[in-house]
Amino acid sequence: MGIEIEQPCVELSNVAVSETHGEDSPYFAGWKAYDENPYDELSNPSGVIQMGLAENQVSFDLLEKYLEEHPEASTWGKGAPGFRENALFQDYHGLKTFRTAMATFMEKVRGGRVKFDPQRVVLTAGATAANELLTFILANPGDALLVPTPYYPGFDRDLRWRTGVNIVPIHCDSLNNFQITPEALECAYKDAEAMNFKVRGVLITNPSNPLGITIPRSVLEEILDFVTRKNIHLVSDEIYSGSVFSSSEFTSVAEILEGREYKNAERVHIVYSLSKDLGLPGFRVGTIYSYNDKVVTTARRMSSFTLISSQTQHLLASMLSDEKFTENYIETNRERLRKRYEMIIEGLRSAGIECLKGNAGLFCWMNMSPLLEKPTREGELKLWNAILHQVKLNISPGSSCHSSEPGWFRVCFANMTEHTLEIALQRIRHFVERIRTQTESV
Amino acid sequence: MALLNKNTHQLLSKIATNDKHGENSPYFDGWKAYNSNPFHPTKNPQGVIQMGLAENQLCFDLIEEWIRNNPKASICTKEGVNCFKYIANFQDYHGLPEFRKAVANFMSKVRGGRVRFDPDRILMSGGATGANELIMFCLADPGDAFLVPSPYYPAFVRDLCWRTRAQLIPVECHSSNNFKITTEALDEAYNKAKEDNINVKGLIITNPSNPLGTTMDRETLKSIVGFINEKNIHLVCDEIYAATVFRAPSFVSVSEVMHEIEHCNSDLIHIIYSLSKDLGLPGFRVGIVYSYNDGVVNNGRKMSSFGLVSSQTQHFLAALLSDENFVERFLAESSRRLAARHSHFTKGLEKVNITCLPSNAGLFCWMNLRSLLKEKTFEGEMMQWRLIINEVKLNVSPGSSFDCSEPGWYRVCFANMDDETVDVALKRIRAFVGKETGKPVELKRCKSNLRLSFSSRRFDENVMSPHMMSPHSPMPHSPLVRAT
Repeated sequence: MGIEIEQPCVELSNVAVSETHGEDSPYFAGWKAYDENPYDELSNPSGVIQMGLAENQVSFDLLEKYLEEHPEASTWGKGAPGFRENALFQDYHGLKTFRTAMATFMEKVRGGRVKFDPQRVVLTAGATAANELLTFILANPGDALLVPTPYYPGFDRDLRWRTGVNIVPIHCDSLNNFQITPEALECAYKDAEAMNFKVRGVLITNPSNPLGITIPRSVLEEILDFVTRKNIHLVSDEIYSGSVFSSSEFTSVAEILEGREYKNAERVHIVYSLSKDLGLPGFRVGTIYSYNDKVVTTARRMSSFTLISSQTQHLLASMLSDEKFTENYIETNRERLRKRYEMIIEGLRSAGIECLKGNAGLFCWMNMSPLLEKPTREGELKLWNAILHQVKLNISPGSSCHSSEPGWFRVCFANMTEHTLEIALQRIRHFVERIRTQTESV
Repeated sequence: MALLNKNTHQLLSKIATNDKHGENSPYFDGWKAYNSNPFHPTKNPQGVIQMGLAENQLCFDLIEEWIRNNPKASICTKEGVNCFKYIANFQDYHGLPEFRKAVANFMSKVRGGRVRFDPDRILMSGGATGANELIMFCLADPGDAFLVPSPYYPAFVRDLCWRTRAQLIPVECHSSNNFKITTEALDEAYNKAKEDNINVKGLIITNPSNPLGTTMDRETLKSIVGFINEKNIHLVCDEIYAATVFRAPSFVSVSEVMHEIEHCNSDLIHIIYSLSKDLGLPGFRVGIVYSYNDGVVNNGRKMSSFGLVSSQTQHFLAALLSDENFVERFLAESSRRLAARHSHFTKGLEKVNITCLPSNAGLFCWMNLRSLLKEKTFEGEMMQWRLIINEVKLNVSPGSSFDCSEPGWYRVCFANMDDETVDVALKRIRAFVGKETGKPVELKRCKSNLRLSFSSRRFDENVMSPHMMSPHSPMPHSPLVRAT
């Protein structure tokens, strides 16, 4: 083999070696435990049940039925007549039929209360890409975005990793059901200033992940007033807008803007995706809807790095243009999610566990603080470990979502069958009984 | 709807307001001319012919036939819908294992089976555009530089520098040695950068070359691998045109050569690939990063979340590329058709004494119009180019848009049209040359009737004019949208 010559290590970039991708966090142990011992109804009924994944699996049958009844949607039709045109299509404007269908779908999800212009729809490969792309456009490295806590852990990667932008939390707590207050907004702004970060915008998720609640109209008005006063942007990630259990309970920032006749609208940008509402995360379908012309133009150019496969655009254009299908889907999906939600809330309540009163999303925000040994982050992690290894449920601890109060957990309910959910609830009941018995006997 | 408040313009980032997206270049005029007057054999025979688009439209019939015979590859057909739920839900950034395996095998086949690729080293990205940006994010910090031999693909500026904030340092190549990269040129560029206090992190080459259409010979490739090892910098090889090689010499990939270099540090070697050129599927956004560096694979994989390939598309391609019979037939036939097209076009040019750089790959040729330049300067080239656009009505790409050091060269694409359109283009070039040289154009063959007749149906079946490709797009196409 010859003499080994020590190779000097060539450095990778700072971005490549940083940990901002977030995957070295302790919560990864939960995923590992699941991967090593995944629950299966038949083959592994005592395995770890995955309740950390916000996936919507309750309405696939509706999609499958659509495909069976509409062979023309089948990739390129019989004999593949549209194939070559589709295969060549890489225009970053996206397929017009698809953009139009997306705009229409977004309108339907908002009960027709607001209109969306297909020319303002920019397509990206998933909301992950949309959020990063917007951050590149709205902020310079070292700047900050204000984000209400608790928030989706993936934001740490999506908003910060390659962009070099900081997240400064807007603290929310259970005293007022985790609502965003003007005081909290001002406080976060001052925190950023104290750290010498220039604040470029506020990013909200509405409905909220992990809280599973919609933001009330009055709060949205306050947030809009705040960003206008500070002359900064507002990004509203409305990825769960179709997962609201009752349509009338969701107010989109688009509706507020319409009410204000679009005054100051050019600082507002909406992110959407089909990963949650339609349960199609694999297809990588994200959009940015911006009221700012320059943002639309720039975002469109930047989307070259992350376009949606034309094959997928073609399929979804067909599906989402079918108004009868989409109306029925939206309604049925809502109803099924609502039922699931009620099932889990009831099940937890019968075990003596309360949740934040939610009205949207694929998860509930569960309060286990009474069971903590110590009301600290360590106490929460200890409880989480017990739930993972003894109860064999992978749920998400609030600290992974930057919650300032220990003891809250996000529990997903839409990525499994009802039967599995029953099993999970039984396990929780037994666990809580065991703890109560132990505490009482001490 | 919303008026653009001038205040908010200042509210956007530096990246959002600089020019690195590349769309403000003067070459836009060629695209504008095409978009406002696109050629069509019957509806608009005097229109501008698109020869600036490096697309491979020669073999769609083979893929269409395969699709008809393999309905299971689609998750929408009744034969394939049982996979719908699993595929639609699959967002793992590792990618479908069968997809990665099929791509690894395909890459190996394209290299004549001379090298094997490990499916676990395959990362996905949003087309080669996304892949090139991803590898730069992994290798370069803001301000770091990569050497790039010129002439080079114009959109590298956007892909490698825009959001990464890295910079490119061109390494000039000259026609005197057929634009080969020399270690002298590399050394000179590297040393100058060092003097200027610029941190050079690597070298990026495109092999086969865009715009030259040539493959790199083994010796040059070995010397490049030696160079980057000596300087301890990265080597990124964009091998996106690997399967467009249509005649000897055959393609030599960096993956074959790296093992022939003593003490080659494989941590420095990275390959970029895509299915946009070899298979003609740019719409599907299949970009691949293949790295021999574990750190890049592990962290790059996390980064691929920003541009994963649609699982529907992964599923389809896994089936297509696993069909070994199809792949073998496709590669052979594609080569054959490219060779025929290249030969027909270059011979047509030779009839009027226009030469191209001798080439054996790519979807274009590197045409030499230096003898026809009124002034042997870049201004002269611009003037000549505008003539070609506005009077000859061909959208070709001038060498200066590729940062070529010598004026008078043009990249001319020939695989994105049918035979008849090629002949129209040749006819126009012949007429142009005749005017420029003042000599009547003599052809070896005399055609009394130069009117070419088409069956428009045949045209529609065999080729999609770029104009027809996106009839719904309301806005003019950027050249960078169509990946020059």
